[in-house]
Parts: sequence; structure tokens; C-alpha cells
Amino acid sequence: MKIQKMIDKFLEVLIDYKGYVKVLEGLENTIKIAVIGLIIGVVIGTLIATVRVIPKYKVLPRILNGICSFYVGFFRGTPMVVQLLVFYYVVLPLLGLKFPSVTVAIAVFGLNSGAYISEIMRGGIQSVDYGQMEGGRSVGLSFGTTMMRIVIPQAVKNILPSMGNEFIALIKETSVVSFIGATDLYVAFNYIGSNSYEFMVPYLTMAIIYIVLVCLITLLIKIMERSLNKSDRRS
Amino acid sequence: MIDAVDLKKSFGKNEVLKGITTTINKGDIVVVIGPSGSGKSTFLRCLNCMEDPTGGKIIFNGVDIADPKVDINIHRRRIGMVFQHFNLFNNKTVIQNIMLSPVLCAKQDRRKAIMKNLFSKNKEPVKSVAQIKKEARENAEKLLERIGLSEKADVYPSTLSGGQKQRVAIVRSLAMNPDVILFDEPTSALDPEMVGEVLELMKDLANEGMTMVIVTHEMGFAREVATRVLFIDEGVIMEEATPQEFFSNPKCDRLKDFLSKVL
Repeated sequence: MKIQKMIDKFLEVLIDYKGYVKVLEGLENTIKIAVIGLIIGVVIGTLIATVRVIPKYKVLPRILNGICSFYVGFFRGTPMVVQLLVFYYVVLPLLGLKFPSVTVAIAVFGLNSGAYISEIMRGGIQSVDYGQMEGGRSVGLSFGTTMMRIVIPQAVKNILPSMGNEFIALIKETSVVSFIGATDLYVAFNYIGSNSYEFMVPYLTMAIIYIVLVCLITLLIKIMERSLNKSDRRS
Repeated sequence: MIDAVDLKKSFGKNEVLKGITTTINKGDIVVVIGPSGSGKSTFLRCLNCMEDPTGGKIIFNGVDIADPKVDINIHRRRIGMVFQHFNLFNNKTVIQNIMLSPVLCAKQDRRKAIMKNLFSKNKEPVKSVAQIKKEARENAEKLLERIGLSEKADVYPSTLSGGQKQRVAIVRSLAMNPDVILFDEPTSALDPEMVGEVLELMKDLANEGMTMVIVTHEMGFAREVATRVLFIDEGVIMEEATPQEFFSNPKCDRLKDFLSKVL
């Protein structure tokens, strides 16, 4: 009886008071921040990982390597919330810029996951036999071309499970973007909760939505793994 | 074609090559022999700067490719290399393995030609990308037919036997039309029954006049095919002779000792 009442209240705010608009907006932002953040992260991470595996006899690679170490150290050494706050309330005002909070969140998530992915990717690159690089270099391909065409595709295959982890972590960490005023799933359901004076159903629904999202990602990773593994299959 | 001049290489404090000077002429088949740890593989790998020499010069077609300012990738196109562990690209099919570098290099040349045409009056003819790919594919198919692996064109290297992998690796280097091919113990990682097919292919290449430098433990092959045999030990060339002279009348004691162990 009581549960029935709770659900009625929840549905009332969700539908009659246009709560679903908030939820959809939150869902959209959550996915947008995680997906675009991941894409930025993959690009940054791959670049950094490549820099970090360049042989270091020359000065330029050493300097680049130093910069990359600092970057990784900074973004792994501070919590995501702190990075969001620092970027939104310190860095951007100092530069005299103003961006929507979702854009800032995407940027920070990208920069942050770039640091983590760079280490995952470095592990992946180092897991590929060095002979692959030598094979590429021996037929006249440059370091960069061999990396892009031969080594990184094989590395990606090895690190796909860890990348899945990273993506899932990003999806879940989006729940901190409310600190800079962006609407995500948490903000949406909190809104419903505060309007119906009843939090049990909204938060439970929120948890279920996160679980469904994560299940979808897991499935996606599995499909990707299968298609990337075709060069291993002995047919 | 390749002149190694006082070639030196150290790994940290360990000096592996202590000044090697030799000339590889067009059509030469030079076999390099030596005990393990003697520096013979390092010598070979220095010839295409797979290991950067720490001293000396490598003059390839008149250019010192050991000079860090030289674009080594351009010169490596003309120097094939075959590895002990094949090093085929695992994420590419057999035919992609063979086509990859010819296509990418031709595309690179094409871009350069287009840039050049922009700024000069006499326009060079530029091939279309489709044409580049078509030619590379035809060439790759021809090479696969030559080694009898046409039906394996679209499989991945993981499904091939060791001997097949090594033969594909050899034609992969052939696809670049190299002036010389370096072989780094090409049969050492193979099952004994596969060694023959690889050596057979190498013999064919030798008969066609391909210049080759071969590090190997196959003494019989060296005796039969080589035009010159080098014995390297402790980072220097201890003896250099024709195979007849080398095997029947070795001069230095180290070589006599070595031959008595392996023959």
C-alpha cells in the first residue's frame, strides 16, 4: 500500500510535472560526457602512450616525455571533483572564459581519462612483441606509421577489457558533475525526489538506469572483442 | 653497394662490435658465421640501422645511412630484412602484409609528387591511389604464386606454419624491390622439416643474382651458396674467405676451433 503510494507520487512528478524532461536531459548529459570524454581520452591517451615509448636518445622525446609524465601525474594525483571545480571556478575565470558546465565537464573528463588511458595504452603497446615494430621499420615505414598501422591496433585488442573498465568508471563518475551545476542523472532524480518528498523510488530507478547503461557497455565491448579477435582465430 | 667502415656498436659499456670494415658488392652472397654472442646479428642489424651504430659509417649507395640526419626510412625501402621470428604483421592478412609498405610508400611518393607539381612547371605524372593499390596487389599475388601460397592470401599469419611464415616474410621484403636483403638467422626458429623450403627459396633468390647478407648456422647452405664467408668473433672479423677456402683451409685458430665443433 505504502509502496503503491510512493510509486504514484514518483510517476506524478515524473510525468505530470515534466520530470521526464529532466531525466532525459540528465541521461543525455551523462552519456554525452562519458562518450565524448572517452573519445578525447583515447586520443590524448594514445598520443601520450606513443610519446612515452619512443626511444629516448634525443632531446625532444625526453622533453615531451617529461611533459607527459607531469600531465599524467597531475590528473591521476587529484580527484575528479577537484579538477572540475578548479577548471570551472579557477582556470576558466582566470582566462576570462565562460563555457557551459556540460562542455567543461566533457573537457575535464577527457583530460582526466586521457591520463588513465595513456597508462593502459602504454601497457598495451609494450605487450605487443617488439618484432612487430622492427618488421614495420625494416620495410621502410616510419616509427609513427608502424605504430598507427601495426602496433596500436594490436595493442587495442589487448587492452579492450581495461578500456571497458575505464568507460564504465567514466559513466559512473559523471555523477559528480552536479558540483559545477550540470544536469546529470543524479540531479534529475534528486529533482524528482525533492518535488515529491520521496526519495526511495527515484534513487532506485537511477541505480537501475546506471546498471542498464553499464550492461550495454559490457555487451558492446564483448562485440568489439569478438570482431577484433578474428586475426587470432585459426580457421 | 654497402660499405661498413670501422663499424662500432656498444650497448652501455658492453662493446659488441669493435670496428668492422667490409664491403658488400652487388650480387654478393655474404654468409656471416660466428659463435653466439659474437656480434654477428648486431653487425647485420647495424647494416640497415635497426641498431644505431655508435661509431663508424655505413655507406649505402653512396650515402652514410648511420648519419642521424639521413632519412633512414627512404633507404630501408631498398634494404630488405628477414628475421629469425618472421615478424609478420599479426593484424594483417598475408596479402596485406606484402602490400602494406609498397602501398604506403607509393602513396607517400605520390603526395610528394603532387606537392612538387604545385610549384613547378614540368608536371610529373601522378598515379591514382586505386592504381597504386592495384599494382601492389598484382605484384603481391605474383609473389605469393611464386612461393605457392596463393590460396593463403586472405588468411592471418597465425594460421601459417613456420616455414610458410618465413617464406611470406621473404616475399614481403621482396615486394619493395630491394637492392639487398639481410637475413638474420632465418631458419633458426623453424622445425627441421621446414628449414628446407626456406633455404630453397633463398637459393632461388641467390641464383637470380639478389645481393644477400645472411647470418646463419646452416654450414651446408653457406658452403653451397655463399660467394664469401665472414667469421666474426669478439666483435671483429676474424676471417674472410671464399667458402672453399673457409671450410677446407681455415687459418685462424678460433675458426678452426669453431668449425671442429659445428661440422
